[in-house]
Amino acid sequence: MTAALRTEIRKITTTRAWWVNGAVMFAYMLVLAMIMAASFVLSIRSEGSASTGLPGGATLDPESVASSVYTLAVALGYIFPAVLGALVVTSEFRHRTITPTLLAEPRRSLVLTSKLLAVIPFAILVSIAGVLGTVVGGAGTLALMGEPTFLGDPDMVRTIGMSVVALVLWALVGVGFGAVLTNQVAAIVVLLVFTQFVEPLLRILLAQFDATETLSKFLPGAAGEAVAGSSLYVSSGLADLLTAWQGVLVLLGYALVLLVIGRLTTFRRDIG
Amino acid sequence: MTPTFDPAAGVVSVVGLTKRFGAVTAVDDLSFSVAPGRVTGFLGPNGAGKTTTLRMILGLATPDAGTVTIGGIRYADRPRPAHHVGAALETASFHPGRSARDHLRVYAPEVGVSDSRCDEVLALVGLTEAAHRRVGGFSLGMRQRLALATTLLGDPQVLLLDEPANGLDPEGIVWLRQFLRYLADQGRTVLVSSHVLSEVQQTVDDVVIIAKGRLVRASSLADLEAHARPAVRLVSPDVDGLARLIAASGWSEVTRFEAPGVAVIEDHHPAQIGAAAFAQGLEVHELSSAGTSLESLFLELTSSAEVAR
Ligand SMILES: Nc1ncnc2c1ncn2[C@@H]1O[C@H](COP(=O)(O)OP(=O)(O)O)[C@@H](O)[C@H]1O
Ligand SMILES: [Mg+2]
Repeated sequence: MTAALRTEIRKITTTRAWWVNGAVMFAYMLVLAMIMAASFVLSIRSEGSASTGLPGGATLDPESVASSVYTLAVALGYIFPAVLGALVVTSEFRHRTITPTLLAEPRRSLVLTSKLLAVIPFAILVSIAGVLGTVVGGAGTLALMGEPTFLGDPDMVRTIGMSVVALVLWALVGVGFGAVLTNQVAAIVVLLVFTQFVEPLLRILLAQFDATETLSKFLPGAAGEAVAGSSLYVSSGLADLLTAWQGVLVLLGYALVLLVIGRLTTFRRDIG
Repeated sequence: MTPTFDPAAGVVSVVGLTKRFGAVTAVDDLSFSVAPGRVTGFLGPNGAGKTTTLRMILGLATPDAGTVTIGGIRYADRPRPAHHVGAALETASFHPGRSARDHLRVYAPEVGVSDSRCDEVLALVGLTEAAHRRVGGFSLGMRQRLALATTLLGDPQVLLLDEPANGLDPEGIVWLRQFLRYLADQGRTVLVSSHVLSEVQQTVDDVVIIAKGRLVRASSLADLEAHARPAVRLVSPDVDGLARLIAASGWSEVTRFEAPGVAVIEDHHPAQIGAAAFAQGLEVHELSSAGTSLESLFLELTSSAEVAR
């Protein structure tokens, strides 16, 4: 187990993908948080409250503005850790290194488990980078504009910390997803389309009916926000969330179910 | 220090192996074994099923029928298999962003060796200079060397190499030849596949020849060579002079006449026949090699007629 884990960790450290992922996420989150913080503040000043631009005409108070900005990574940036996780599996197929990998360790379940565990430390670093981007960009902008940052508030600190946890869980979901869809380009495209279009649409649609509203809480994005305990969607009154622990379990569930499906399909077939 | 190996642990045994891809039977009831201490050529034209067979030997593909063991144990059932068996498949695969050394370091923990062993095998295959360069910029020959280095990481007793000479320059082929000989002389089992016999002819002790997934011949190279005989076709307008030359040279036993004035003399080389004809002052219109070379024997063996037998 430790040998397989060390091998998988070295696979990540010897390529650039993980830190490029972290650097891009940091930059993207920084800019996004600056724009969001500034536009919320400006709309509070002009209209007395911040318009979210989301359906229902929801508005935000200054504290919700801060927490919405600090959890932007969980609401909009989880594609980064998800891709990080998926790449751990798909790059082996893209570059056909899965052959030497299975020659060195033919126990395929062990290979997949090691990949899941190996990605965790890198997912933590990437997630911290992303959340740091939102905090630096968001708090910096709020402070510059003379608004409270709420960074001293223990609840806010907890929300920020749990954002990192949610993003790390997203990396695990990514590993499971990569095991199911091993074609790298297809995996990235599907992840992008699902997280950026399908899930947001589903959440708005499902929330319209009482019968399906509960269902929407179990979507992975909603579960991630539940872990962080706050988000733009919630602040805008669009949706309820699960509790943080339920969110953790739902995301872990997605990761493990996907991983098992991958093991029983792609990883049972002839490879290499 | 010469390593010592238990010969029984080095025997690769393929029994009744069959693999179908839809309508294509890539490997068809194939049985053969590979002996330790020898270099074995695994030969067959493109599409014969060599790579598919190797993938099944290595547990990457599941056979539809048959079994494969190395030293009596299936590859996937062996703990730390890379310690016992070093294998490289046809398309050597590397992450282009990794350096050669990092490529090896990735597998080192699973193979159970230290980073210094990575430097050792890089030196063995002559890649020390390129150790820190990204594999993405490597030539095909360098990739082949790195693939070989990967198979050597665990100092394995058994080496299974799929088309290792592909992409090597002539100098590289000579080097590979000597290297494989050196490994076999240490008592290791060395199996090299190729689609051209001439490429490995000077290296191998044994041959396993397949075509269309079936075994055509498994024998020593010497046995195969016994089937390949030189012969010369000699044509002269002087029918009587030709007959006299053959009788006087004592070639009657090995000569057949295709027509008057057209003789095929077996077991002789063109130079011998030409010298004799010149000495007799015989007018010669054609003097050509008509024997079966090892390569043409190989082509003959793997042509469809031979397989159908
Ligand atoms: N994954 C696969 N799917 C379908 N057909 C395959 C697959 N792999 C090999 N084949 C077919 O099996 C036959 C043997 O191929 P291969 O083992 O690669 O031959 P060789 O290595 O001797 O050139 C060929 O007809 C090839 O097209
Ligand atoms: Mg092949």
